[in-house]
Amino acid sequence: MNISTFKGYRRENGRAGIRNHVVILPVDDISNRACEVVASHIDGAIALPHAYGRLQFGEDLELFFRTMIGIGSNPNVAACVVIGIEPEWTKKIVDGIAETGKPTTGFSIERNGEIKTVAEASKVAKEYVQWASEIHREDCDISDLYFSMKCGESDTTTGLGSCPTVGNLLDKLIDAGATASFGETSELTGGEHIVEAKAANKEVAEEFKKVWSSYNDFILKEKTNDLSDSQPTKGNIRGGLTTIEEKALGNIEKLGKKTKFVGVLKPAEAPTGPGFWFMDTSSAAAEAVTLWAASGAVVHLFPTGQGNIIGNPIEPVIKLSANPLTCSTMQEHIDLDVSALLTGDMRIDEAGDQLIDVMMRTCNGRLTAAEALGHREFVLTKLYRSA
Amino acid sequence: MSDFLLHDENDTVGVVVADVEQHQAVKGRTLAGKDVPQLKSLSNISLGHKIAIQDFEPGDTVIKYGVDIGKVVKSIKTGEHVHTHNLKTKRW
Repeated sequence: MNISTFKGYRRENGRAGIRNHVVILPVDDISNRACEVVASHIDGAIALPHAYGRLQFGEDLELFFRTMIGIGSNPNVAACVVIGIEPEWTKKIVDGIAETGKPTTGFSIERNGEIKTVAEASKVAKEYVQWASEIHREDCDISDLYFSMKCGESDTTTGLGSCPTVGNLLDKLIDAGATASFGETSELTGGEHIVEAKAANKEVAEEFKKVWSSYNDFILKEKTNDLSDSQPTKGNIRGGLTTIEEKALGNIEKLGKKTKFVGVLKPAEAPTGPGFWFMDTSSAAAEAVTLWAASGAVVHLFPTGQGNIIGNPIEPVIKLSANPLTCSTMQEHIDLDVSALLTGDMRIDEAGDQLIDVMMRTCNGRLTAAEALGHREFVLTKLYRSA
Repeated sequence: MSDFLLHDENDTVGVVVADVEQHQAVKGRTLAGKDVPQLKSLSNISLGHKIAIQDFEPGDTVIKYGVDIGKVVKSIKTGEHVHTHNLKTKRW
């Protein structure tokens, strides 16, 4: 199987994207409306409304800026219009994104009003979508590809089929020079010792253990029961998963047979080199995929058991399932059916190759099920209360 | 086709890969392809749910993937459904 190249969009900073979006990015919750009006006015522009961006402080504010700048900087974004209520945080985000060299312009609503802001931003957005429409796909090397992986609404078929399929792909693509990231810190609980043993060296193992312990301590501090009302989820339980340990062990099947992870990333932090990276993320799908999109990942692999239907506005999400019931009742959401792994009619190596094929076609431009269905879940991770 | 699968040959529960009825004779194998002794199912067990392949007493540990996945909180007989009513996390 040829996994050496794909047809991507080469950006000003050398990175390769697989989509060519013009994004209208709100700095804060109250600028969502202006962004949505611009996007509805200008064909091909997408608004990314979200709930935050006011009164955040400390590490939570750092994560906010890292996420916003990271989203605008993602190679799947050709150009970016930023709209905020006031000019200072708007400028900070514009300047951060502009470091990539891509066209970026900011607007603020105070002392202009929303109607004038929308008119001016629409003119720029129109120029951007026309400009972006002339950027063509070109050959990119597999070493230019950065993908992320996380499962959701897992059940026992996830650990039997869809997660090992991702693991098989991972081993092959990391060998070929790609960059990848996994996370879901809380959902490694019960298998954290197995993850630790997959660290490339002692320092990385210690850093991972520190991050996992900190998250676990937080859960132990805040919990009011054994979490059986929320983790595993009701969907997980319906699908046969009983405990967090069992859920984690299925999850960990994604990490492949031989790949080691080379570093630990903060939420939304970009990898500094090729290879496999652990990111400290939420285990909630939309939050986690948004963090990976902000770290620059261009495509996401999403094994599901019971049928999580998540998508992301700028990072295409590819879904695979080994649950025959899900693959038949929720067929429109599933990009790859690997349920034959359960009946013994498919080998894991074959499933991995099929997933590589779907992934490369997606990289070359094929829309995922979630994209075709218009799923654009964009959810910021907030660490604590605002000031 | 097998009725249930084991991740590891040391596992003490199997995953049912097609709905199983009470009193049904069920066949299993490990993912590596090794057959395990036939059982009689004592419960109706849905696709994806677990079947006990040995007896358990409260306090026992259940092994899946060759690893501890929690503690038994109610006696379980070979062939019974293993889930939230008789197995709990040791972590939270």
